[in-house]
Amino acid sequence: MVSPNTEVAYDSKIEGDVIVSRLDAVINWIRTNSMWPMPMGLACCAIELMAVAAARFDIARFGAEVMRFSPRQADCMIVAGTVTYKMAPQVRRLYDQMPAPKWVIAMGACASTGGMYRSYAVLQGVDRILPVDVYVSGCPPRPEALLDALILLQAKVRREPAARRLFTA
Amino acid sequence: MTAITDVATRLTERFPQVAARPSLDWPAFNVPVAQLLEVLRSLRDESGFDHLADLTAIDWSAGKSPRFTVVWHLFSTMEHGYVRLAADCADDVNPAMPSATGLWPGANWHERETYDMFGIKFTGHPDLRRILMWDGYPYFPLRKEFPLAGRETALPDLAVAEETGAAVKPAPYMGGPFVSVPGGTMEAAEPRAEDQSWTERREKPDED
Repeated sequence: MVSPNTEVAYDSKIEGDVIVSRLDAVINWIRTNSMWPMPMGLACCAIELMAVAAARFDIARFGAEVMRFSPRQADCMIVAGTVTYKMAPQVRRLYDQMPAPKWVIAMGACASTGGMYRSYAVLQGVDRILPVDVYVSGCPPRPEALLDALILLQAKVRREPAARRLFTA
Repeated sequence: MTAITDVATRLTERFPQVAARPSLDWPAFNVPVAQLLEVLRSLRDESGFDHLADLTAIDWSAGKSPRFTVVWHLFSTMEHGYVRLAADCADDVNPAMPSATGLWPGANWHERETYDMFGIKFTGHPDLRRILMWDGYPYFPLRKEFPLAGRETALPDLAVAEETGAAVKPAPYMGGPFVSVPGGTMEAAEPRAEDQSWTERREKPDED
């Protein structure tokens, strides 16, 4: 049975201008709802990534529409496509240039495992050089799948002990 | 302007050592390396084959001699036809071939790719570096003895290799190559390895 209690939410008449919450909750709320992606577009998955950002799927609904092409302004690297061994060090260096806290989404089969490229030239999964948070299946994944990955990542970020890291880091 | 059908007679008249090569579509010729640039220039300037459409090589596999054959595809933009030339590399261990960059600037990257994949040195090339693989990669991947999965070597960037502990490793084949069994449900027809009893973590048992 749903309780008809309407005073759960913030009420300025009762609480004045003060909100009491957990720091973790506040920090994670800020982080989850403006996650700036770094589009690491390397192959055809990047086309789907563009579709995710465009009007039809509109990643702005989840606060991640600000694609940053400078790693220094990004929170979440979306590795979209085949990572060759030649490109792998550059991907890692871009990741190293992102300020913490930072997350990685491996989009599609190639970024997750090397995909169909079982060959001498392709890194067999970007998790060999980066700590991946969310893997997205598909070749390429539908835009909805990437949105789902973003929502999963947001759920993960919400559980992080952000405040503890703030004071220890 | 000359018709493409005449190219065989004119070429063999001018260069008696040029021999016709079996071909299913366009005229093709075996050319001695000594006359190669002359023949290419003649085809470009006198027969109207003004475009170098492709330049690649064949590896007839280790032990064969001649082992490497370089192939040129020329295209006539006026008559819309091709001619194909092939020349064997004299040395099977350190193959070399004269560069066509003096005739077609576009040969530059073709020759870099052929060098990268087969290790054929093009003499006279202005900048013969690898083009697909990184500088310092120790193998030539399209040679017959090179496995598709690759061989272990270091990552191009040593600092990143040290940080991540990653290296260029043979791709896991797990009984592959991956084959698709026709018929059945979509799930059953999914391409998969025939022998899935071993994985990257659980290595393949010795066959002896």
